[in-house]
Amino acid sequence: MDEPTANVVETLASLSLFGDLTHPELQAVAHSFDEEAFAPGQRVLRQDVSGGSFYVILSGEARVVIDGEERAVLTRGDFFGEISVLTDTAPTADVVASTLLRCLVVPDHDLKPLMLSRPSIAYRMLQIEARRLRAANAWAR
Amino acid sequence: MGEIDERPFPPGEYDVVVVGSGPGGLQVAYSLARAGIDRCAVISRDDRPGGMFRRFPVYQRLISWTKPDAPVARGTREYEWYDHNSLLGDEDGHRALAPVFMDRQLDLPARAEMESALAEFAERGGVRVRYGCEWESTRIEDDGFALVTTDGEYRCRACVFALGMTEAWTPPIPGLEHAPHYADTRSPEQYEGRSVFIVGKRNSGFEVAQGLLPWASTVVLASPRPVDTSVLAFSPLRLRYLQPFDEHVRGGSGSHVLDASIDRVERHDGGYRIRASGTTWKGELTLDADEVIAATGFRTPLRDLPRLGVATVNEGRLPAQTPWWESVTVPGIFFAGNVTQASSGLRKHGATSSSSSVHGFRYNARLVAHRIAETVFGKGREARLLEPGQVVGFLLGELARAPELWSQKAYLARVVAFDPTRGIRDDGIVPLAEFVDRDTGDACAVAVEHDAGGAIVPALYVRRDGRLAEHVMPPHPLHAFDGDDYRRELGARLEPLLA
Repeated sequence: MDEPTANVVETLASLSLFGDLTHPELQAVAHSFDEEAFAPGQRVLRQDVSGGSFYVILSGEARVVIDGEERAVLTRGDFFGEISVLTDTAPTADVVASTLLRCLVVPDHDLKPLMLSRPSIAYRMLQIEARRLRAANAWAR
Repeated sequence: MGEIDERPFPPGEYDVVVVGSGPGGLQVAYSLARAGIDRCAVISRDDRPGGMFRRFPVYQRLISWTKPDAPVARGTREYEWYDHNSLLGDEDGHRALAPVFMDRQLDLPARAEMESALAEFAERGGVRVRYGCEWESTRIEDDGFALVTTDGEYRCRACVFALGMTEAWTPPIPGLEHAPHYADTRSPEQYEGRSVFIVGKRNSGFEVAQGLLPWASTVVLASPRPVDTSVLAFSPLRLRYLQPFDEHVRGGSGSHVLDASIDRVERHDGGYRIRASGTTWKGELTLDADEVIAATGFRTPLRDLPRLGVATVNEGRLPAQTPWWESVTVPGIFFAGNVTQASSGLRKHGATSSSSSVHGFRYNARLVAHRIAETVFGKGREARLLEPGQVVGFLLGELARAPELWSQKAYLARVVAFDPTRGIRDDGIVPLAEFVDRDTGDACAVAVEHDAGGAIVPALYVRRDGRLAEHVMPPHPLHAFDGDDYRRELGARLEPLLA
């Protein structure tokens, strides 16, 4: 049975990406962006289709798929779509919901203003990207 | 013996039950009948057609255009783009009914004119409704659903809920429950000389603010989300936003537009005291006001559907939907009307659909009717076949003039399939997300979109050998997407499929 995110503000407060925001700042984020829910099997991000958004998983699980092959699993608190938005290129992977998936959706043109107006979000993102890069390097070695 | 009940659709067995008699319910019922679903019951708790337009907007003027005279003839398919408020008729006398009732003071109908047009559509289109029949609860059965109503039980294979967003919604802010909701706003003159604090900076908040400007002594709007003036400039809501916002920006008139989260609302000296914290500025404010109005929006009255497993979004205010407007968690439950805004498509460059307005959701309703006919009852439509030489011209015409593509940008698309055995087939208008995600055969789709800079552009999607390619074409100063440059590009991109 679905667990509705009755209070998006409380959910955001529990995610490390937004961990440094005050309650009013969390409210501004929650009111500025939509929540979207996806059925299992539904695509969220699409390889080679431009104009995609930045997504933060509020609940559920998703698979990262490149050319039909699963590369990673994403869960609550994980985010995706930022590389495509920041580099202004179409995503190089599909992201597909594997359970009922709930995400906060930040449109491409809103990500930069969000990062610049709340630098702590940008810092947390960079920290997580650095960890991903280290993991990818360790894997490649 | 009591009186004989002459209302249609007594409780019993039906193929489909539609709940609601607003524009979404009327359109889906009309289209279901024409998609070959004979046993379709339409029930409504209201006493007449029109849904929210029987009462809203509070200040009686719509924000979406209908141009009684336009570059194309009234009643044609192309005219729909110039008439955002009529429902879609398949037959001549059912089309373009909104302009018939307009007095042309503005190119925006008044509420009463809209209500008359909807009633006329139901009358002329033969959309019968069992009024005064309220849906109360729902059961999932082996082969469909049972809807319990005030008149008895209805059983059906599929149901369409066209419920609108009609239930006043107030966020859990301490004390705000004591303030009247937007839905209970009084006539403007009753606010004469009063200081008014409006919680909410979306459509309804600014609508009320604008209506009160000539009467109230001060008007303050507040909500956590900042007003985005760059988006606002392109929004149909600017008609309402700009006057109160302009007065705030120029620093006069007692109007203020605040980015603040409301911490609490207290009763105080016959009025209210509001405590708020800045969201785009640091600090706290305490304000006194004679009146508080909670313009905090509406929710869909989903009743027991969430308990049945129907997932919701937006703090339970809208049902989560697939690209075909079906519940993401309970197959067989479909939606129509402005709740279809929760199926937001590809969101390219942040653009959502126009499904919160009649001009967008009328197309969703027609498509969902045909989808139900096809997938639940096996009644597919006969597809039109095209000669290879017709394809490019056909798609260019759609890009230039199809009202579905222009009303639902980057959301609805025209699809042509290339079937190796049966030939080239017009697959009709489909949700763009569905086309992009489907995994069947060679095909192409065209859509009208906004590019990253906000310009309106034509886009072509080509699927060949299981691989999708997206081609976003340049804009044209007059949006003439059927010109020679576009013809050449489409011809070149489609050549491998046409060969």
